[in-house]
Amino acid sequence: MSQAKVPAWVNLALIPFLNILLAFVVSGLVILAIGEDPIEAASFLIYGAFGYNEGIAYTLYYATNLIFTGLAVSVAFKGGLFNIGGEGQAYIGGLGVGLVCLSLDHTMPLYIIAPLAILGAAAFGAAWAYVPAYLQARRGSHIVITTIMFNFIASSLMVYLIVNWLKEEGRMAANSRTFEESAWLPHLSDILAPLGIDIGYAPLNLAFVLALVCCVLVWALLWHTRWGYQLRTLGTNPTAAKYAGIDTAKVTIWAMLISGGLAGFVGVNEIMGANHSLLLNFTAGYGFAGIAVSLMGRNHPIGIIMAAILFGALYQGGSELAFEIPTITPEIVIVIQGLVILFSGALEHMFKDRIEGFFIRRAVA
Amino acid sequence: MTTDTTPYAIELRDISKRFGAVQANKDICLQVPAGTVHGIIGENGAGKSTLMSIIYGFYEADTGYIEVDGKRIDIHNSQDAINAGIGMVHQHFMLVENFSVLENVILGAEGGALLKEGVETARVELQRLAQEYSLDIDVDAIVEDLPVGLQQRVEILKALYRGARILILDEPTGVLTPQEADHLFRILDALKEQGVTVLLITHKLREILASTDNVSVMRQGQMVAHRETAKTSKEELAELMVGKKVRLTVDKDEATPSDVFLSAKNISQYDKQGVKRLKNINLELRAGEIVGIAGVSGNGQSELLNVLSGIEPMTEGELHVAGQVITAKAPKDAAQMRGLKMAHVPEDRHKMGLVTGFEAYEAAVLGYHNSSDYNGKVLMNRKVMIDECNQRMADWDVRPPNPHLKTANFSGGNQQKIVIAREVEQNPDILLIGQPTRGVDIGAIENIHEQIVKLRDSGKAILLVSVELDEIMALSDRIIVMFDGAVVGELDAKDADERTLGLMMANAFNKEEQENQKGESA
Amino acid sequence: MFETLILMLDATMRVSAPLILAALAGLYAERSGIVDIGLEGKILGSAFAAAAGAAVYGSAWIGLGFGVLASVFLAMIHGFACITHRGDHIVSGVAINTIVAGLTVTLSMNWFSMGGQTPTLSGDARFLSVTLPFADALADVPVIGLIYSELLSGHNILVYLAFLMVPATYWAIYKTRFGLRLRAVGENPHAVDTAGISVAFVRYRALIICGILCGIAGAYLSTAHNAGFLKDMSAGKGYMALAALIFGKWRPVPVLFACLLFGFLDALAIRMQGVEIAGIGEVPVQAIEVLPYVLTVLLLAGFIGKAVGPKAIGRPYVKERA
Repeated sequence: MSQAKVPAWVNLALIPFLNILLAFVVSGLVILAIGEDPIEAASFLIYGAFGYNEGIAYTLYYATNLIFTGLAVSVAFKGGLFNIGGEGQAYIGGLGVGLVCLSLDHTMPLYIIAPLAILGAAAFGAAWAYVPAYLQARRGSHIVITTIMFNFIASSLMVYLIVNWLKEEGRMAANSRTFEESAWLPHLSDILAPLGIDIGYAPLNLAFVLALVCCVLVWALLWHTRWGYQLRTLGTNPTAAKYAGIDTAKVTIWAMLISGGLAGFVGVNEIMGANHSLLLNFTAGYGFAGIAVSLMGRNHPIGIIMAAILFGALYQGGSELAFEIPTITPEIVIVIQGLVILFSGALEHMFKDRIEGFFIRRAVA
Repeated sequence: MTTDTTPYAIELRDISKRFGAVQANKDICLQVPAGTVHGIIGENGAGKSTLMSIIYGFYEADTGYIEVDGKRIDIHNSQDAINAGIGMVHQHFMLVENFSVLENVILGAEGGALLKEGVETARVELQRLAQEYSLDIDVDAIVEDLPVGLQQRVEILKALYRGARILILDEPTGVLTPQEADHLFRILDALKEQGVTVLLITHKLREILASTDNVSVMRQGQMVAHRETAKTSKEELAELMVGKKVRLTVDKDEATPSDVFLSAKNISQYDKQGVKRLKNINLELRAGEIVGIAGVSGNGQSELLNVLSGIEPMTEGELHVAGQVITAKAPKDAAQMRGLKMAHVPEDRHKMGLVTGFEAYEAAVLGYHNSSDYNGKVLMNRKVMIDECNQRMADWDVRPPNPHLKTANFSGGNQQKIVIAREVEQNPDILLIGQPTRGVDIGAIENIHEQIVKLRDSGKAILLVSVELDEIMALSDRIIVMFDGAVVGELDAKDADERTLGLMMANAFNKEEQENQKGESA
Repeated sequence: MFETLILMLDATMRVSAPLILAALAGLYAERSGIVDIGLEGKILGSAFAAAAGAAVYGSAWIGLGFGVLASVFLAMIHGFACITHRGDHIVSGVAINTIVAGLTVTLSMNWFSMGGQTPTLSGDARFLSVTLPFADALADVPVIGLIYSELLSGHNILVYLAFLMVPATYWAIYKTRFGLRLRAVGENPHAVDTAGISVAFVRYRALIICGILCGIAGAYLSTAHNAGFLKDMSAGKGYMALAALIFGKWRPVPVLFACLLFGFLDALAIRMQGVEIAGIGEVPVQAIEVLPYVLTVLLLAGFIGKAVGPKAIGRPYVKERA
């Protein structure tokens, strides 16, 4: 009842803002510690991410991956599950995309391949999430540990498949052959150019649109379907879920399937949109970054889009920054990401309790 | 009691404690002479456990202080209490289950950085204690392998090993068999002989009368009476415990029960630990009647509601509802039970009846969320849900009438109205309703009671569980009393009075009669 | 054949050493009720700090000191979040792993400008192998000589330390007051609290030990096993240690065997590269590599035994209202 006295904007805006501010301040201190000017660094970073069309397009390209993994973490989290296996699910999702493209690109047009590849990504990603989900729902194995293990298993499986089966004959590089153009997801540069918008060589592609569609679908699924209703009930009050006669095991498994499918879409952006071949380690930590995105975005699609763009900007701006100030590496972005997870996740009560207490006292006084 | 010159073993002075809006203890004073067994009796929620937690340093009192042997002591944590010679046997044992008895006993009193020495000393000391107080136990046994009675003995040994001269036992017989309970009372006698002061918290009158020297009664956070046990009676204590409340009246006509809507045959339930929580329950619920289940909370009422409503499976027995037979082998879950036109207002709306993070209109369909009323082909029909919620809020006078307000932000009474409206408006044949007016303000109570009677008059079968005797007596047509997981009595509401019910709830009524009969036949 | 086996076991010891240290580190944390998936980050952080310290001061021991300090600092962040602020243990662990992954590269690029590495260590800046007495003299004695001189002798001091930590941990956990309280607090913190012991203090001390052990594991990687820090050099060892901890059911001696098994599989995988086995053909290296993870999942699923962790693990301790 006490929460009634805390204005909504405190929880929706003020606390996330303070958390991210603190993350930036600490990162600024790191930059200061290595002898650079954080303000200067920030201005390069912002310019790199938003200062010109190509930069913006790159930002959105990175954001695409982060929207997928952020949504993946959120859907599971809404059901009270911590899916830490987005990395592996994204990796295997990419395998699904790659297999569709490699087998159909000689014979089929894009409008056949694209939907099949999207389905492949979802199916493979979901399948990879199914085993941990089943073990959690039916055998009580802790999903955090099993999904971590499945990340490693995915990694080894992909190395094996790519090196032993999918690698191009006679080449050293561990990736598949480049797909025919019929299996390339159109870049937005081609679509925007006639409109007079030049985004240079940025690999921003139609997967970005898919990401936005996923946001809408997830929003509808969670807040406008009875399945979403059941999921949210389970996630916030498992006892009430039992009272309501909800089959918790079934909801748990489906939540993870959807979560895994969403993570798998990273493969669409990376494999079909950007790289046009199946390669090692294309997931590059996006699965883990999804945790930061969903925490920042407070598990809501709108928040996730905003957080994904923020982190996308950090990725893009970080590369730009490294170019301008060579002593600062792009990895500084990973530090910021970690700090965001720390402050808005692990230390969420630190500010929240105090600030809410402040408003409650003020309301009482 | 004792003369003024000998200090009390423990004395409480004006102890008060508040949790948010709840005044758990108010100006509590208590004097306990050394070497006596002092009973503290009261209904659930009277504040007994909070008071004991304050003495044991688990909470700090807002005001007031504690004296031990005439000296004022400050207790900030359990260590302070232990140092002052206070030991406690908690209702839920504070034992590390996969430790041996010995390890549990020495935890926190190891007597050195290495265990070896402490263990050997403890072994000898335990032997001595065991003999002195007849507390035999295998000190190397693993606690989780021991029966509950012996686990409790470990708790007592733990306290004694720390040199406790004052021992608090919180509802110690709640988990014991009658034989184990008898043994416990013999142990308490032995403790008393050795000069240990015992504080016995219970809601069972029989135990108070059988084993205490003095008794204090708590009601609604206050100490309402102190009596010498020898000079009081079950009747007096029962009345003090329940209190003379403003008599609730509900206008209602004579019930006209007709068809049997629900019948439970020999239903039993065991929990995960294998303890029998429901013992061979038989009951019938007819259309057009309200059957009230009276009892001190924790005597199987919650389990009964959970089993009847399909939330928990039964272990034995049969349940007949709407022509269907439900058994342990052919169970039905909560959703299926709703399908049989059974609605359920759960005892605890926060834990079960609501999702407090949901907006009111969402919480107002919990359990019925799959109904075609609220669903289109794919999406839920929010407009219907919100319109209906608006309508119900008007009908049931829910304030504020805002379907978009988070459920957590309504007052208790209004939350309860949301839940009751949800269940009642489904037009069920059977309504299970637990603690309908807990935490609800007076005005709303009347309204809720009227609705329940109205439902009865329209030919529904209603099972009412409440720890409020008033409510049971005002609403019920028939009253069933539960004690320790079993039905111990049934009477027509017309024949029920507080004294009789109070005695039945403490399982003292039948006992007395039985004993009289035994006496006569002997 | 015998010699091959000895060589493989020798490699097993080297690979297992950091796993043993990290898994024991996790054992202290988890037996006290704190889930620690931040083992990985602590190892990596320490590996960097140790290499940097050793490079600057030219002493492996000073490096080790820096490594341990860095790791303990990270453990304290974990404690601050999980114990003091009742934060989610998993989220905190992920945060620490992420921060360290970024920070080590950022700092090493900045300090040493060597593409995310530290300078190559040599001489006193590294822990070099120790030859046990008479190892050379006994080398020619059949069987025993080989076992003694190849398998047992010739490791660096941290390897011996890792193996020594197993009985030490066993003793600390089962034979000391601290160990009793540690085990109790992971099972039933309420029992510990009512016995007049501070739950938070026990858990913080457990995390300090956890930090120290992870610190040694990290220093081993960068100043003993390798001659410097490499980007992401922990390479999942923290997670594998976590798997070993579960596989060993949170008990020191079984955890040792789990680490040895996983280490052996690693050595085997390297050995099996490109080797044809009659009737089967070439066994993919990856199939051996994933075995630790697959085995752990099977164990968690209850298909091979049952892994039951400390009862109160992962739950913040809050005094409940009566």
